[in-house]
Amino acid sequence: MLELVIFSTLNGVLYGMLLFLLASGLTLIFSMMGVLNFAHASFYMLGAYFGFQISQWLGFWVALFAAPVLVGLIGAAVERWGLRTVHKWGHVPELLFTFGLAFVIEELVQMIWGKLPVDYRVPAALDFSAFELFGTTYPAFRMFMLLISVAIFIALLLVLTRSRIGLIIQAALTHPNMVAMLGHNVPKVFMMVFGFGSGLAAIAGVIAGPALVTQPSMAHVLGPILFVVVVFGGLGSLPGAFIASLLIGLIQTFAIAVNYSIGDLMTTIGVARPLQGTLSDLWQVTVAQVGPVVPYLMLVLILVFRPTGLMGTRES
Amino acid sequence: MSDTTASAAGRSLSAMDMLKRYSIWIIAAAIMLVLPKIFTSGAALTTMCLMGIMIVFSLSYNMLLGQTGMLSFGHAVYYGLGGFLAVHAMNTIAGGKLPIPLPVVPLVGGLMGLVFGIIFGAVSTRRAGTVFAMISLGLGELIASLSLILRGFFGGEEGITANRTKMLTFWGVRFGPQIEVYYLIAAWCFVCMVAMYAFTRTPLGRLCNAVRDNPERTEFIGYSTQMVRFITFCISGFFAGIAGGLAAINFELMNAVNISGGQSGVVLLMSFIGGIGHFAGPILGAIIVVLLQVFLSDLTGAWMLYFGLLFVLMVMFAPGGMAGLVMLHLPLARRGTLHRMLPWYGLMAIPAAMGLGGLIALIETAHHQLVRTANDGPAMTLFGIAYNSNSILPWLAALGLIGGALLLGRKWGPQFADAFGTAAHGAETGK
Repeated sequence: MLELVIFSTLNGVLYGMLLFLLASGLTLIFSMMGVLNFAHASFYMLGAYFGFQISQWLGFWVALFAAPVLVGLIGAAVERWGLRTVHKWGHVPELLFTFGLAFVIEELVQMIWGKLPVDYRVPAALDFSAFELFGTTYPAFRMFMLLISVAIFIALLLVLTRSRIGLIIQAALTHPNMVAMLGHNVPKVFMMVFGFGSGLAAIAGVIAGPALVTQPSMAHVLGPILFVVVVFGGLGSLPGAFIASLLIGLIQTFAIAVNYSIGDLMTTIGVARPLQGTLSDLWQVTVAQVGPVVPYLMLVLILVFRPTGLMGTRES
Repeated sequence: MSDTTASAAGRSLSAMDMLKRYSIWIIAAAIMLVLPKIFTSGAALTTMCLMGIMIVFSLSYNMLLGQTGMLSFGHAVYYGLGGFLAVHAMNTIAGGKLPIPLPVVPLVGGLMGLVFGIIFGAVSTRRAGTVFAMISLGLGELIASLSLILRGFFGGEEGITANRTKMLTFWGVRFGPQIEVYYLIAAWCFVCMVAMYAFTRTPLGRLCNAVRDNPERTEFIGYSTQMVRFITFCISGFFAGIAGGLAAINFELMNAVNISGGQSGVVLLMSFIGGIGHFAGPILGAIIVVLLQVFLSDLTGAWMLYFGLLFVLMVMFAPGGMAGLVMLHLPLARRGTLHRMLPWYGLMAIPAAMGLGGLIALIETAHHQLVRTANDGPAMTLFGIAYNSNSILPWLAALGLIGGALLLGRKWGPQFADAFGTAAHGAETGK
């Protein structure tokens, strides 16, 4: 039991930190531009595929730097020539633009790399076990992932709170017009943040690619979960996104590990399983099966009862 | 897009006026009646059935997005649930030999949509804007995940089947052949179109537009925007359920795909491509998208990419959709200046054809090179020209065409816009 708790906690924190790498960019982009970027998870996928391709040619360490930069440039270009054009039509077309973009990116990825998962392997330098606990080994690559995401989290925190550009970004979050009046080029800041956010998502993709599966459906599997994180934490709130990322990471990881069904619970209280019908199905549902549903339930509940999210200050 | 002339005409309409007023509906009904006589092939019939279903579905979606300004990412929930209940209803009726004919079954789906519209609407319509969009996304994903867990009702991945011919005959009609199903779908489609159009003409329909355009002011007049959103949401769920019921009859099968986020995305694409600002937009969108799905998928393996690009380009350059593009020409037609634009269209057709040709060549060559070379070799044919996809020349030609189109478009675009403005509003504003 202790073994399960320790490993699940480790994996949960790891998954949560990965979610945060994605969610931090998404929530920054949302609070600056008011756009819920449906293509954000697609940039994560692009990161994974670019990482795979570049590590085939030049090795993993080059990919770790080159792929995020490339994806960041693509992100900046999308903002400059795509979103800025759509901006004049209002928020709904902006959102729909990113929705369509996600669709196009998925099709392009399928065309270039095929519909099946690609063979993106853990680099040889990190392919050993970090430690052994209760007879189970823990791969070093996972520790590396955790290290990278924590390092980026700290760097992000420092940049946003200590540097000049961070101050401008924070100001532009709430008072874009005032920042523009003071002589800063707000559209340029937007473009940078969009590109930077996409780059962060790509880093997550490069390091998550070998550990999870690199396949064309990885974007739309993760996309809705990201929205849950961002909305649950409170739109535009980085601390909120951090808490929500860890929470959802832990919930999902623990849920998979628990093989306990509603029927088991009912049997312990002494209620027998109904013989057939929908209720009978409910009896068989295990916690592991409910795991993927929980985030959406959390999303709906928080929006109904506290639309600002955990730490947010505004609704939309 | 309101035509005040109809309401200003008053109550005493002569027979001629009535005929004029309803002529569009008479024409629509006539087209629906005659279509299967013109396109008699089995494939055409299946396509038209699908169109009918999708027209109802996307019109119901546009009640939310276009008319009330509510962006939903989970509309397939009501379509899917309606469809699943209709399948179960068909099985129950056939099993118990109940005296309920098949044409009533879509109503069962509609009621299911209505019930869930009431349940989910009560939670989600309390707020508008992004919060509503996110709740709809959450609910959509919730039901889609549940559909894989509750196997008894949803049948798991393979879904639930029914047999429509096992039911009572309806005045001698068994609904075995597709043509009989077509007329059933067409009839329901027509009734739903009329009903949904009528809804836009009611005070509530007008209030929906008010809630979309200026919710604050609507509240000040004394209406509850939340109530308006809620009622519209329920009615929209009802019509989506009818569409689901029609789909259940048509396919005799419902599975998890019908209730998934993908289906919600498709209805959004359809409505938007058709144009959400006009009642006929989603009808147009449903027809276009179904045609693309059926015919483009035969022509090219990369059809989903074209579909996505079409959507992105529409959002970027024509947010009014196809209907919006048509409506743009209304002032020209009214002023009788439409013919003046013809040479301009001829001129702009050159860069448009170049750009489109270049883009198609690029996508098709890339698709052939990346997907099919491994099995079929590099030789391919496009526009009747045979070439190898791994030689550099076709790539350069495609890029050259696109570049040329962009240059010409840059050069002639402003002049074209000027000419259009002059034709639409007269010389004084065109300058």
